[in-house]
Amino acid sequence: MSKIENNIVTVLVENNAGVLARVVSLFGRRGYNIESLTVATTKDQNTSYITIVVNGDKEILDQIIKQVSRLEETISVRPLEESRALSRELLLIKLAIDDKTRSAIHEISTIYGATIVDLASNSMIVELTSYTAKIDAFLSIMKKYDIIEICRTGVTALERDSQKLL
Amino acid sequence: MLIKGAQAVIETLKEQGVDTVFGYPGGSVLEIYDALYESGDIRHILTAHEQGAAHAAEGYSRASGKVGVAIATSGPGATNLVTGIASAFMDSIPVVFITGNVPTSVIGKDSFQEIYIAGITMPITKHNFIVRRPEDLVPTLRNAFTIAKSGRPGPVLVDIPRDITQADIEYTPCGTAPTKPNPTVMRDDLRLAAQAIYEAERPVMFIGGGVVSSSAWSIVKKLIERTDMPVCHSLMATGLVRPTDAFDLGMVGMHGSATSAYAVKNCDLLVALGTRFSDRVATNARAFAPNAKIVHIDIDAAEIDKTIHAGVGLIGDIKKTVTSLLPLVEQKDCSKWRSELDEYKKEHEYVQKGEKNELIPKTIIETVWKKFSKEAIMTTDVGQHQMWAAQYCTVSRSRSFLTSGGLGAMGFGYGGAVGASFACPDRRVIHITGDGSFHMNIAEICTAVTYSLPIVTIVMNNEALGMVRQLQHVAMGDRFSTTIHGRKTDFARVAQGFGAQGITCCTQKEFEKALNLAKNTLDRPTVIDCRIAQELLVLPMIPGGKGADDIITE
Repeated sequence: MSKIENNIVTVLVENNAGVLARVVSLFGRRGYNIESLTVATTKDQNTSYITIVVNGDKEILDQIIKQVSRLEETISVRPLEESRALSRELLLIKLAIDDKTRSAIHEISTIYGATIVDLASNSMIVELTSYTAKIDAFLSIMKKYDIIEICRTGVTALERDSQKLL
Repeated sequence: MLIKGAQAVIETLKEQGVDTVFGYPGGSVLEIYDALYESGDIRHILTAHEQGAAHAAEGYSRASGKVGVAIATSGPGATNLVTGIASAFMDSIPVVFITGNVPTSVIGKDSFQEIYIAGITMPITKHNFIVRRPEDLVPTLRNAFTIAKSGRPGPVLVDIPRDITQADIEYTPCGTAPTKPNPTVMRDDLRLAAQAIYEAERPVMFIGGGVVSSSAWSIVKKLIERTDMPVCHSLMATGLVRPTDAFDLGMVGMHGSATSAYAVKNCDLLVALGTRFSDRVATNARAFAPNAKIVHIDIDAAEIDKTIHAGVGLIGDIKKTVTSLLPLVEQKDCSKWRSELDEYKKEHEYVQKGEKNELIPKTIIETVWKKFSKEAIMTTDVGQHQMWAAQYCTVSRSRSFLTSGGLGAMGFGYGGAVGASFACPDRRVIHITGDGSFHMNIAEICTAVTYSLPIVTIVMNNEALGMVRQLQHVAMGDRFSTTIHGRKTDFARVAQGFGAQGITCCTQKEFEKALNLAKNTLDRPTVIDCRIAQELLVLPMIPGGKGADDIITE
């Protein structure tokens, strides 16, 4: 059996009522695991992009692509190779703070390029937009502070045309 | 021209070539039924229950190849269709289901008889629609027909809120909705398949329901003749190959023949046409055709490599693909391989036997085909009788053996027989059932009586839910939980109560007499209650998850 890993699949669909339910129902019915899913309209308001991160081996990925392609409202399905994927997700994290931790969190956030978007006397909210691994790393450091709530959007991705990473 | 939405539904059905619809009226489809009232071109068949209408519509489609249509009202009308929709979905049968719904103004407010049927049927339809604007109604219905019959066929549901049927709609007549083009197999891929056939020494062909739905049997037969390959089939392709054909191996799978299990196990090439290798065929996918290269031809790309890895996977319509493949295939001689299989068959094949004059399933089915010849269409319910009907089927004509294969819906048979009767009015329809299945939709006898359909029902009555009883025998140490039900139903008298002919028989002689009477009764249905032994098993049997080596033949 081939390696089980996270794969990004982008699905271009007709922007009809219920189209998301149809895609999700398919995943539920066939027992595929969704790690994250984002959906938004494209430059053409009649179509939507669904970006799905799925966990599975190559055979499962292959079946997912074929099964999603079968849906009547699917226009195209593409797996995004990791090397070609420009993927981002957004993290919002609310932390309880005191005078000691405030500056430490600020410092770490600066290193990661995260922004403090809300500051109250006892809490702050930090925003980080980045690729998944970096968000995971940021979170693992934040763990030792007093996290009140975490919100992640899940991955959205486009295929890059350039060979070099910017 | 400006017409009411309900009228537009009827006009659109007419332009799609629909002349028969099955259904049941109700509040949300009042306007549609009012439009039907005036329509002389569309015949509406009222069933006893919406499930009967759904099975009739799929039976109609299975028998004719045309798109079937069923109509039901909102709420319970719609939910009663669900089993039939799922049955059509699992067997890739093109049916358009039309449901009424509450007016758009009260949708989502838990109104009386409001159900989100589009949500319920999402995983069991090829596609479904809710018509939200009057101007969408006609294009949506046309699109439903296109989707139902294109590519791998399947059911499509169109949910129409009542106010849409009351609205004025600009309607312009149109021809039959187009079918989407199928993928074309590349010549190089066809060559790979031809090469594999050329190189094989012990090839086996395996045909499935796709051969029926693409009307490919005559061209597939040519491929069989050219390659001299022995052929096994899935339940869905029953009624194409005859037991008397030299190349016949019988059905393959859980209740397939021992010879086909042996052949698949030992073949070096399996040419699979229009099949999805279900778990009833490949009871253990890893042990299925373990030594064979697989050439898999199917119209649905998702079926290639889904269960069985195909060395050569060709995506296309069976008829078109085999037609293109045939000129590339050289004449072969498989006589040595076939005689090995013949030897095996003689020595190891299971044959059901009974005492003289004893009623046994094998002779029941064989007698039916002898009596009614290939002019008949057989429908079945689900259970032991279904497997026996498939195992002993002797007809060779596409669309003559209709069964709920994938879903395995008990209760399909009578509705299916009603549908087949309207699809093929010149052919007799024989409904094979069991005492368990018949109870499920027995009320549909009234439909056959109303429309004077001479359907002949043969109940293989063993006073048990036989297939589950058999599983309890094999896997549960003869603990027959609920399957020996103790019901006292007299099917002959029930039939008479509905206005049908009812006969009970206990011996082969009585059965033949009853069958003669049924054959000559053309103005109403007949029910023949055949009393058979409770202990009879469907054999051979490969238990689920096991392989050819674990076959049970006694």
